[in-house]
Amino acid sequence: MSQKSPYQKAWYFVIPVVVLVAFNAVIPLMTVVNYSVQETFGDNVFFWEGMKWFEQVLHSERFHASLARQLAFTGMILVIEVPLGIAVALSMPRKGPWVSVCLVLMALPLLIPWNVVGAMWNIFALPEIGLLGRMVNGIGIDYNFTQQPVSAWMTTVAMDVWHWTSLVVLLAYAGLCSIPDAFYQAAKIDGASAWAVFRYIQLPKLKRVLTIAILLRFMDSFMIYTEPFVLTGGGPGNTTTFLSIDLVKIALGQFDLGPAAAMSLIYFLIVLLVCWVFYTLMMRNEDQ
Amino acid sequence: MAKITLDKIRHRYGASSDTEQDFALKEIDAVWSDGGAYALLGPSGCGKTTLLNIISGLLTPTEGAVLFDDRDVTMTPTSERQIAQVFQFPVVYDTMTVYDNLAFPLRNRGVPEDQIRVRVHEIARMLDLESMLRRRAAKLSADGKQKISLGRGLVRADVNVIMFDEPLTVIDPHLKWLLRSKLKELHQQVGVTMIYVTHDQTEALTFADQVVVMYDGTVVQVGTPVDLFEKPMHTFVGHFIGSPGMNVLPCEMAAGEAIFAGTAVPTASSATDLKSAVLEVGVRPQFVRFDTGGFPVEIVKVDDLGRYRIVEVRREGHSIKMIADEDEKIPSENPRVSFEPEHTRIYADGWVVN
Amino acid sequence: MGIELRNVSKLIDGETHIYATDLTLQKGGFNVLLGTTLSGKTTLMRLMAGLERPTSGEVWFDGEDVTGVAVQKRSVAMVYQAFVNYPNLSVFDNIASPLRVARRPKAEIRERVEKISELLKLDSMLDRYPGELSGGQQQRTALARALVKNAALVLLDEPLANLDYKLREELRDELPKLFEDTGATVVYATSEPLEALMLGGFTAALHAGRVIQYGPTADIYRNPTSLLSARVFSDPPINTATVSKTEGRFALSEEISWPVPDAYANLADGAYTMGIRPHHLTLDESADNAVRISGTVLVAEISGSESVIHVNVHDNNWVSESHGVRPYEVGASAHLFMKVDRCLYFGGDGELLAS
Repeated sequence: MSQKSPYQKAWYFVIPVVVLVAFNAVIPLMTVVNYSVQETFGDNVFFWEGMKWFEQVLHSERFHASLARQLAFTGMILVIEVPLGIAVALSMPRKGPWVSVCLVLMALPLLIPWNVVGAMWNIFALPEIGLLGRMVNGIGIDYNFTQQPVSAWMTTVAMDVWHWTSLVVLLAYAGLCSIPDAFYQAAKIDGASAWAVFRYIQLPKLKRVLTIAILLRFMDSFMIYTEPFVLTGGGPGNTTTFLSIDLVKIALGQFDLGPAAAMSLIYFLIVLLVCWVFYTLMMRNEDQ
Repeated sequence: MAKITLDKIRHRYGASSDTEQDFALKEIDAVWSDGGAYALLGPSGCGKTTLLNIISGLLTPTEGAVLFDDRDVTMTPTSERQIAQVFQFPVVYDTMTVYDNLAFPLRNRGVPEDQIRVRVHEIARMLDLESMLRRRAAKLSADGKQKISLGRGLVRADVNVIMFDEPLTVIDPHLKWLLRSKLKELHQQVGVTMIYVTHDQTEALTFADQVVVMYDGTVVQVGTPVDLFEKPMHTFVGHFIGSPGMNVLPCEMAAGEAIFAGTAVPTASSATDLKSAVLEVGVRPQFVRFDTGGFPVEIVKVDDLGRYRIVEVRREGHSIKMIADEDEKIPSENPRVSFEPEHTRIYADGWVVN
Repeated sequence: MGIELRNVSKLIDGETHIYATDLTLQKGGFNVLLGTTLSGKTTLMRLMAGLERPTSGEVWFDGEDVTGVAVQKRSVAMVYQAFVNYPNLSVFDNIASPLRVARRPKAEIRERVEKISELLKLDSMLDRYPGELSGGQQQRTALARALVKNAALVLLDEPLANLDYKLREELRDELPKLFEDTGATVVYATSEPLEALMLGGFTAALHAGRVIQYGPTADIYRNPTSLLSARVFSDPPINTATVSKTEGRFALSEEISWPVPDAYANLADGAYTMGIRPHHLTLDESADNAVRISGTVLVAEISGSESVIHVNVHDNNWVSESHGVRPYEVGASAHLFMKVDRCLYFGGDGELLAS
């Protein structure tokens, strides 16, 4: 009779992780699911409500509005950050002493704690005393992000671009570095223009990396909370109240556990769905 | 088509220094005529890929000049030198079809579409790719992709020279000979100057009319495959070409004759005043024969390779390899061997003595 | 005893990589696995090493069933095609690593490493790192590491394929001598028939997951049991054509025919496949039993001492190998002489006919 395969012993190492994840993720998730189908008036007394909260959330104007705002925001930053990131990565040197300098510069914004980013931009953009605020108002544009919705949006988008484009840059740069020299040499010999080189060599080879970059940026921006909260608080009014900010208001502000839990689950499912669709499309393209 | 001249080329990678050792190419002077098939043959690190890149313009030499048809192109960029290069790893544009890949160089130069169609079909026929023109280039096997790379070079009518940098590296071993013959066939059909870089003697000798043997950054010998085989000018050439390589045995001079292990060995070299050098006698295994009139040896090993056998014999501690045909009888008692005089030469410090 | 595979098969994701195989490899000898890429050589080696478990069947080593034994517990060493060394350890530490895992005393480690590195000409490079070495030296380091372990089973998976052909020749000469004294069973995978012939020993010819023939190397070369086996063991490829037997003659075409050798006299009339190796089809008229054949030259490849001419003979693309330098123009007609007494004949199922 053969001995037990040694690979089975590896499972024992996983137990601590399983316990941790169960405690921190699975059990809370199950609790949320529990809340989403029940009603409570306090005192830990629960009544079964079924799908009532889900229906309420899905039909609520407020939910539609914040979802729309969120989608608009995510759309905007993807459209700006991805091409910008690729462009910056293309212009970074691949060999020589400046490589490390550039890499460090690109990594810096990613290292700053998110609430600090929000606070930084808050002060930076203040119309009276902030560097940016003063400058923009000085050129003659009437700019006040605490009172004007458009200015608030633009500032939030600018902050996110400043904070996160570096991620796209670093990913795209890594992808570019992995292209063998022979391709560039062959393109030179074939007389290809710089645009042809980008379109036929660099972009195709970046596809994998870009998929990851877009997926990451979508997920992160769709769930964004700290930075816009610290920057605008969701205001002026609720013009920059994105999904997660709204959710927190409902859950902790109004203490409507039921609707909040339902909304969380809907939120979670949307993210999951989009990512799955996107990923499948990309992977199918690869196989073709 | 062009005559290629290399004038005192020396090249060094990295920072400047004065030591000879740092030069990847120590001094290359060569003239290669129009339309020929050349091979640059040598072990890894001998400088052959460096030389290739200097000719194609991907590298600018530290010193010296490259001339195409007596026109100095040393500073001319690659895209203007009208050369084509096939790399070690197949380079194809993945998103395009085979047709678009082949048409790419012509489209970049503004050639009208109907001319492109004719030309692409012509080249595809030559390379047996016609049935795959509509396929995505990424789908082809390694040898198909190399053919596409080759096709992109052939499709331009104004190509001066096509260069190959170890192109059969990724090809399946049992398909290599197919592509080798195809390249040779193509050269005979198209007549463009072709330069083929490799470390494999079979590839070099079967492809080229003239082989340039390189070692450690210098050209050791240039000649036809026959010349390199029958008259190696340096022991390195003798050793590197031929499988197994040339036997190099120490010898001394006495009374104008070469003496190996106590026996006089007649050679094709006229031995004159050769006292101060390291003397060796070189003879290829194919020219060592069993001969009852020769000197006695002991048989150490017989390797049966099917169509011939490699016999290793020993005399006074020196190992000599010889080739025996499939059906040849190997003497079991008192074996004696001799070297064919016309193919035995004396080498002083590695260089042949004529 | 050596290593024995009893009815071993391997399926991966529903695909059969190795069909049910019985194979016994000689202990203390050089065993070559010859086959093209994807013929199953690497899978077979991994099964022998214990890196993979067979889907069915057993692996026996030295009279013991080792099928379920983990590879770490077996006495196995493996060298790969890619030069696999620990990049952050010096050559000395690389070679010493299996001995350190086995907790041998320091003095013993030093002595054995120095002895092996001398054998493999690495003694001047013991404090260098693999990244600083040439390809040949890196592979020698990998070989040294395999040797020093003194394993009972040594597996070499196309170890010389990434080296310059001259280096390959040198190492190939040295390999059998290196392993001779250890008494280990050596299994060497390659796709080049010439390499198998040069290494000698025993060869197992593989094709598409099956071992089609096993025996002393020269024997398999001379007496292939099937067309497939003859094909695997031939570079350049063996020439084949359909011949028809009528009365007492084999005929390739109207003009080309020859008398049937006695050994085949009892065959029924009909169509068979004949095979003839390229070097038995030459440009030189030799004395015995040579049938004259004309063909159109497709391409002539000249190496220093041999000429390989590709010709079209009656719609078959054949290859001829002759001594000496014979230039031919494409399209010229060439006269070849085929040694008919070297012809091999195969039946419809590809099996060799009695000879």
